[in-house]
Amino acid sequence: MANESKRPALRRLVEEFGDAVVSTHSDFGDDTALVRREKIVEICAFLRDDPELLFDLAMDLTGVDYLGEVPRFEVVTHLYSLEKKHRVRIKTRVPEEDPVIDSVIPVWAGMDWYEREAYDMYGIVFRNHPNLKRILMYESFVGHPLRKDYPKAKRQPTIGPDE
Amino acid sequence: MAVEKRPKGALPGGGYALTTLEAMIAWGRKYSIYPFTFATACCGIEVMGAFGTHYDMSRFGAEVVRFSPRQADLLLVAGTINYKMAPVMVRIYEQMLEPKWVVAMGACASSGGFYNNYSVLQGIDKILPVDVYIPGCPPNPEGIIDSVVAIQKMLETGAPRAAERWPIKI
Repeated sequence: MANESKRPALRRLVEEFGDAVVSTHSDFGDDTALVRREKIVEICAFLRDDPELLFDLAMDLTGVDYLGEVPRFEVVTHLYSLEKKHRVRIKTRVPEEDPVIDSVIPVWAGMDWYEREAYDMYGIVFRNHPNLKRILMYESFVGHPLRKDYPKAKRQPTIGPDE
Repeated sequence: MAVEKRPKGALPGGGYALTTLEAMIAWGRKYSIYPFTFATACCGIEVMGAFGTHYDMSRFGAEVVRFSPRQADLLLVAGTINYKMAPVMVRIYEQMLEPKWVVAMGACASSGGFYNNYSVLQGIDKILPVDVYIPGCPPNPEGIIDSVVAIQKMLETGAPRAAERWPIKI
C-alpha cells in the first residue's frame, strides 16, 4: 500500500492483534478491518489509547443484515481521531443464532444510543450495555424491522397511551 | 347634525325573526372554529402559511389557534403519524371538548402517504373519526381554507359529524 506510512491504523492493528484481525482493505481510501467479535473491546480500547492512533471520537455504529450469509449480521463502527485527523472502519461479524457482541461503551460512552439503535433495528444484543432497550420503536413492538426477513407489509396493532 | 334615532323593537322597522336555538348555536360555531394544529411534518409549514397574513384564516373566523386541546374544537392533523405517535394524538383528541371535528391534512395523515412501512400509521382514520380529508403533499393553504369552509358547511346544514358515525362498521 502506497500511503501506509501515512495511514498507521491498519498496520498497528495487525501488529498488535494479528490473529484477531480477519481481513483488511483500504478500498477507495477507507481503511477497513474485519475483526473477531471476541476481541472487539480490547481492539477498540487499543485504537483509542495507542499514541500513534488516538481514535478518540466514535462517529457511528450500525448493524448490517447480510441475509443468507453466514455469519449473518455485521456491526460496523466508524472511528475518527481529532488529534491525528484520520479515520478507520471496524467491522465485526455476528452469527444469527447467537447475535451477541460486547458493548464498547466502556471505551466510548457515546456509543450508548447507537448500540440501542442496532439492537432495536436488527436485534443484535450488546453484552454489558447498561440500558439495552428499544430507542426508536416502542416497547411492545414485536420483531426488528430492518432485518431483511421482516415482512415489508407487516403492520403491528396500534398501541395505547401507556405502552 | 342630528343622529337619526333607531326605531324601537328587535329589528329595524319593528319586526322580528324566527329561528331555532340549534341554528343560532351553529351560526355562532361556524364563525368561531378554534383549531388545534397537530403538525408533525411539512404540512405544518403550509398551516403556518394559511394562518398568516397572506391567506388570512381569520376571514373564516378560524384564526385563533389554541395550543391546548381543551380550548380547541378542530383537530388539524398536519403530517405523518407513526405508531409511536398515535396514542399521543388519540389522547389529545380525547381531551378536546364536544363538539369536535378532525381534519386529516395531506397524504400522510389521510393514508400514510408514501411511508408505506413498518412504523407509519396508514391514515389517521384507523383510530380517529375524520370529518374532512385534504389531498396534497403537502396541500396548499387554499386546501386548508377549503377544509374549514367544508366544516362550516357541515355546521350550517347540521350534517352529522364523523364522531357520530364512529366506529365505522363495514
